[in-house]
Amino acid sequence: MFGKLSFSAIPIHNPIIMGAVVGANLVALLVIVLITCYRKWGYLWKEWLTSLDHKRIGIMYVILALVMLLRGFSDAIMMRSQQAVAAGGSPGFLPPDHYNQIFGAHGTIMIIFMAMPFLIGLMNVVVPQQIGARDVAFPFLNSVSLWLTVAAAWLVMVSLGVGDFSRVGWSGYAPLAEKEYSPSTGVDYWMWAFQIAGIASLMSGINFLTTILRMRAPGMTLMRMPLFVWTTLFTTVLIIFAFPVLTADLFLLALDRYLGMRFFADAWGGNLMMYVNLFWIWGHPEVYIVILPAFGIYSEVVATFSGKALFGYRSLVWATAAIMVLSFSVWVHHFFTMGAGPSVNIFFSIATMMIAIPTGVKIFNWLFTMYRGRIRLSVPMYWTLGFLVNFAVGGSTGVLLSVPPADYVLHNSLFLVAHFHNVLIPGALFGFMAGFNYWFPKAFGFRLSEKWGRLSFWCFAVGFNVAFLPLYVLGFMGMPRRMESYVNPAWHPYLLIAAGGAAIILAGIIFMLIQLWVSIREKDARRDPTGDPWDGRTLEWATSSPPAVYNFARTPVVEGLDAFMSMKEKGTAHERPDRYGDIRMPKNTAHGFVLGGLAFIFGFALVWYIWWLAILSGLAMLFTVIARACDDDTHYTIPAAEVERIEEGRRLQMAQGPRQAEGQAILRPGGRPVP
Amino acid sequence: MTADASTIDTVRSEGPEEAGVVATQALGFWLYLMSDLILFSALFATFAVLSRGLAGGPSGKELFHLPRVFVETMLLLASSAACGFTMPAAQGGRRRAVLIGLAVTFLLGAGFLSMEIREFREMVLGGNGPGRSAFLSAFFTLVGAHGAHVFFGMIWMLVMVGQVAVRGLTAPVRSRLSRFSMFWHFLDIVWIGVFTVVYLMGVA
Repeated sequence: MFGKLSFSAIPIHNPIIMGAVVGANLVALLVIVLITCYRKWGYLWKEWLTSLDHKRIGIMYVILALVMLLRGFSDAIMMRSQQAVAAGGSPGFLPPDHYNQIFGAHGTIMIIFMAMPFLIGLMNVVVPQQIGARDVAFPFLNSVSLWLTVAAAWLVMVSLGVGDFSRVGWSGYAPLAEKEYSPSTGVDYWMWAFQIAGIASLMSGINFLTTILRMRAPGMTLMRMPLFVWTTLFTTVLIIFAFPVLTADLFLLALDRYLGMRFFADAWGGNLMMYVNLFWIWGHPEVYIVILPAFGIYSEVVATFSGKALFGYRSLVWATAAIMVLSFSVWVHHFFTMGAGPSVNIFFSIATMMIAIPTGVKIFNWLFTMYRGRIRLSVPMYWTLGFLVNFAVGGSTGVLLSVPPADYVLHNSLFLVAHFHNVLIPGALFGFMAGFNYWFPKAFGFRLSEKWGRLSFWCFAVGFNVAFLPLYVLGFMGMPRRMESYVNPAWHPYLLIAAGGAAIILAGIIFMLIQLWVSIREKDARRDPTGDPWDGRTLEWATSSPPAVYNFARTPVVEGLDAFMSMKEKGTAHERPDRYGDIRMPKNTAHGFVLGGLAFIFGFALVWYIWWLAILSGLAMLFTVIARACDDDTHYTIPAAEVERIEEGRRLQMAQGPRQAEGQAILRPGGRPVP
Repeated sequence: MTADASTIDTVRSEGPEEAGVVATQALGFWLYLMSDLILFSALFATFAVLSRGLAGGPSGKELFHLPRVFVETMLLLASSAACGFTMPAAQGGRRRAVLIGLAVTFLLGAGFLSMEIREFREMVLGGNGPGRSAFLSAFFTLVGAHGAHVFFGMIWMLVMVGQVAVRGLTAPVRSRLSRFSMFWHFLDIVWIGVFTVVYLMGVA
């Protein structure tokens, strides 16, 4: 009846896991009680869970990312503290079985459930506004993507309390991930969560590429698009090319595990390197999928806070395009030690080194944008400067690793761990934090605290270096990754320092939460009535904050780069149109949320071999899709009078509200205050 | 108010026009098809790598009956042709012709699928199921993934028959029919690859 599921699947004997489960459930209970007390269930359902508004979907994505950041970071804290105490033969406080689940969960969560939702969330909030559109091309598909991602994240969370998680690492290499060697449900949780989230990402990719290609405001040619739109476009192309390979690869692993096929079983003519190759054909582009949107954010932030147009816009676009193409020709550098031979390795080695060239071009673009700019050091700019310094180090160690002989020495060592954290944390996470601080006023209508934001940044920046620079040294000292205990006493001091670094990052995360708390409490004082708190250059700042559901009452006409800046300079930015028109918008629908719930049940049933439930939920998903496909009444009309009422209300607000400026006067280069 | 340079005429900005919506949906669907093609290319690559991994089991030469696969191929191609003849009828608003066309497409597709299932069944019963060797795993997965697409295409067709019968050839129904036709022809193209790489090269 319940497949492999029984009460013994709950790890009652493990106090650490049970503590986390009880804690997570208490927080969930608290949230439920609060929503009930404030009678917000109806509001939550009607305005958020069933919403097709790209801005709300984006906000929900970012909330998911922040929650999963906390989960993934607690895994990191546990690994760092375990390695700090498990020296000289001491077992530490985590049993090997639990430790092995933690590093897999950390990697899976940080890439798939923190970075991906964060960037897709920011894309959702910003891209339609930057291209002057009212929504994405497929608003319903957008909602499905969100809820499938949530369902997959939920599977990972449930694995904490029911059953176990994969012990095979986030990349799930065969043959260790095969049923023969990993018979428990851990790999299945990992595999189905990964699979569902991957399909959701693919849908987002198709959605945003179509949006950018088809929904731009008149006049916005490709070469007039803001850089963040460009990097989103390149990222979506990468998603569409790379994610299907992951889907296929995980599918093959599922067939091996569930139907006894032999894809990765050597004795039956299979080839385990097939898994590894397919995984990294997705996995390397995935690195750029995560990092390119962050590059776009840095570009927006640098231009805005330097009060200048981007230096070398065209070269920045072409450099990003070059990275997009090259990212597909480097995957073998993840396993030079496979032994493919010098000719294969040297090809991938040179291709890897070549990526440093367009990346270097971009660094100089950002530096020259700041050169002679009127720089305002606000929180997004802090994150950007922190990125420039730290990412240069991470990029250099990457070039070092791309040399096969060096890689033979450093492969699977902590040097590698230090390297990829050194590109992903300053490269991607710093960018998302910059974007979070930069676009928060757009999404919510008030600004985040500068003071706590700066504190959070400094803790992250310092803590990151303290936590990861010792790992480079440990790599040279020969320490392999993923060790739950070790006997070499020489490693211990460095691991203690690294644990201290993790503690500093923890302070950064706490300050970030305080920043949110303080800013929400003071939101009336922090309100931004103009919709343009940073003297922005691109179209998202032309809307109100938060924007009306339709973003633009009338579609703007774009005449060049930095469309909003030129409108402000010409004085046409907030002109009242002679008349308003009716606006058609997509209706909210519950189908996306229902599909997400069913996908969770489907995944859970497959993990536990509850076949009847899997068939039932699979059929229910099919019928939900068909029901939606038979619904032709998907839009509603906002009458022109209502649009006029909303727009006039905003004008009134702009005329009355004093401009909030914290720490700096917002002046244009000419010294003239912004209207 | 003076002439307003920063906005365009409201009539155009009042939500996208019908033609624009159909073109946007078509582009999105093309992108989906391209991504599906990449999924198939990963399966083709896997088949190419594992096609010699017989593990002492039978090879394609011993298992495949080319004449039967030829009939299968003809059924699928004819089904695509029937689908192709249905589309002008849909644009012309001839509901009866569309329903007949879809029925013929469906029956030919069902014929293809039943032959494929019979082939699978015989192989499994003969002890040559997907667990016999890596080659057979790759064979069943590649051919089966195509078959699963055909199966879901047939469900899609049933839904479309229902929509055409109940609602008639409204603009959204016609737009869905055009995307279905893209999907069906796409499966044909993939099958040509399967027929060549799996069957023709398999018995060579």
